[in-house]
Amino acid sequence: MNILKKIVSKQIFIPCAALLLLALFNLINDPSFFKITLGHNSDGDPVLNGYLITILDYGSELAILAIGMTLVTAATGGQDISVGAGIAIAGSVILRVLCGSNSRPTELQTSLIVAFLVAVLVSMAFSAFNGVLVAYFKIQPMVATLILFTAGRSIAAWINNNELPIISADCDKSFSYWGNYIPGIPIPTPVFIAAISVLIIMLVLKFTNLKLYTQSVGINPKSSRLNGLNPEMIKIISFVILGVCVAISGLIKVSRLQTINYSVVAKDIEMDAILAVALGGNALSGGKFNMWASILGAYVIQFLTTTLYKLDVRSDALPAYKAIVVIILVVASAPIVREKIGGFFKKFRSSENKGGAAA
Amino acid sequence: MIKKLRNMNDTNLLLTITVVVFVVMYLCAVIFLGEGFRSPQTFLNLFNNNASLIIIACGLSLVMITGGIDISVGGVTALVCMSCAVNLDLHGGNVFTSMLIALGIGLAFGLVQGFLIAYLDIQPFIVTLAGMFFARGLTTIVHTDPFNVQNPDFVDLRNARITIPGLGSTNRKGMYIDATIEIGVVVAIVIVLALFFMLRWSKLGRNFYAVGGNQQSALMLGINVKRTKFLSYVFCGLLAGIAGYVYFMHVGSGSPSHAQGAEMNAIASSIIGGTMLTGGVGNIVGTLFGVLSLSTIKDIVSSIGLDDAWWTGITVAAMLCIFLIVQSIVMAKKHSKGSSSKKEETAAAAQT
Repeated sequence: MNILKKIVSKQIFIPCAALLLLALFNLINDPSFFKITLGHNSDGDPVLNGYLITILDYGSELAILAIGMTLVTAATGGQDISVGAGIAIAGSVILRVLCGSNSRPTELQTSLIVAFLVAVLVSMAFSAFNGVLVAYFKIQPMVATLILFTAGRSIAAWINNNELPIISADCDKSFSYWGNYIPGIPIPTPVFIAAISVLIIMLVLKFTNLKLYTQSVGINPKSSRLNGLNPEMIKIISFVILGVCVAISGLIKVSRLQTINYSVVAKDIEMDAILAVALGGNALSGGKFNMWASILGAYVIQFLTTTLYKLDVRSDALPAYKAIVVIILVVASAPIVREKIGGFFKKFRSSENKGGAAA
Repeated sequence: MIKKLRNMNDTNLLLTITVVVFVVMYLCAVIFLGEGFRSPQTFLNLFNNNASLIIIACGLSLVMITGGIDISVGGVTALVCMSCAVNLDLHGGNVFTSMLIALGIGLAFGLVQGFLIAYLDIQPFIVTLAGMFFARGLTTIVHTDPFNVQNPDFVDLRNARITIPGLGSTNRKGMYIDATIEIGVVVAIVIVLALFFMLRWSKLGRNFYAVGGNQQSALMLGINVKRTKFLSYVFCGLLAGIAGYVYFMHVGSGSPSHAQGAEMNAIASSIIGGTMLTGGVGNIVGTLFGVLSLSTIKDIVSSIGLDDAWWTGITVAAMLCIFLIVQSIVMAKKHSKGSSSKKEETAAAAQT
């Protein structure tokens, strides 16, 4: 009993339980959900097919964003709602640098690395802007990022003069590798990118004081200042890290389609990213956080999305079902509900004991 | 003058800034852009086009004053439009049943969200985010494609205009055109006034401020914090339902893409109007001016000739940014000056 209680009280239990429930549902509904086959894509390269691969593939952006979002949530007690717009900007910058003013290029202007680095810098600058508003002007994060949320997609369109550059396969084939497959490797590239990002952040959290500082700033900025920390700087750093995550997601997003649609790309992804953090059991009011739980939360959300698609839910009706699942999850994990249920079980057991004694 | 400003409470100070900015902005537009802005109808159109946004923003201000947030309002608006449209045209309903549906949907969202947030203590952002997803998804389940409503009673209602005497103007051909407002505007004004009086003088209204300012002390004063929070969400949901019907009367159609981003516009208007997301500070009249300022800046941008779609987004964001920074600086200055005298220092300490 004690072991069970220990497991249940662990933070990572919530996303794990949600994942198990979803997996169980799929197992009962249609066991072929878990089948993975080795097929060939249109170029004849070997690729793995299957719903699980899809989840890992398309959950990558979300997992990467969840890393940054967890840090921002922990440090500031608020969420960044401009990540979707930020992805549009980053993607737009990448295409602008690669294509120049020509929207149907026959050859790329520079190498992808340069374009990506420029996008990272731009993204970091925008995030730092958010961070300054939050840290120095003491504006609530959701409101401060509302600014970029409103302007972001407009800025993205403006960067490319409202044109939609396309990098065709004839022009440069390797550009599409980042969002799809590298020839010869059957696992989608975004999975590797996500894995590397997770690895880096885990090493950083393990070998630096980032986690400790972020948590202490999130719990009490005043007392962290008295202990010699610079809360403003740490808040800005958390935003800047989110900026890097946004740029990486932006690269994956553009590379998937080799083009960009400013009003549609990464739409509503900020909501999914915040949900990932919440599903991971992290307090949205800041303070302590568990990075693994957030990342797992991101994949749970993608699992849910894929499951719903498999059940032939129309993509525009998808949010309604998602909302129901989310509400069930948060209600089940709400402390008050847990307490009530725990109390109910206790009562039940004690009455049972009494009954046994009487007999 | 400055002393007077310093003695104002936060709510009135932020309200003053908003009103002054709106008046200055509109005067500038009248002086420099002329023609269009000079006719009273342009001013009335600010109300005609934004009646539903005013109502949504009022509901949102209420929730924000109690320290919460509700981002489901845009979704609810779209759901109401679609449900009413389907009811009127496909299910043979009449205007009365459609109104009932609108109120019912709003109330249902308010009750459920309020219960989850106030009594189960779940983060308002998550609950209303799910509410938004649910409403948007349900809208497309109710009916997929956008369509115009043909029901004759409703079309009459939609085209009904109230003439304002004495404000009409003559057009280029010398014909006199009456200045008119839509029915929705009257609804919006009534709601603004009702909420204004409620927040200022009713017990419930004062409770909203108390809960938003400091939950703990509100609880110690004997206020039922949970019930107050619950009621704020019920009000907000109900107002979103009404706003949905007003929007429906304005556009006369149902579509899944209606009121896209309305929640963010409403939040922005409330903030520009001086409501703070941390709770306890805010004013309904400020919210009204927030909506007006937001749409004035949009009008100005399009009349300057910056028609490209992205300029609207960028200017609105820039304006929001400036307002937020000004607010934050003003509040910081006020509080740092307030603590210079000892008497005020204790007052500030008591506040925090």
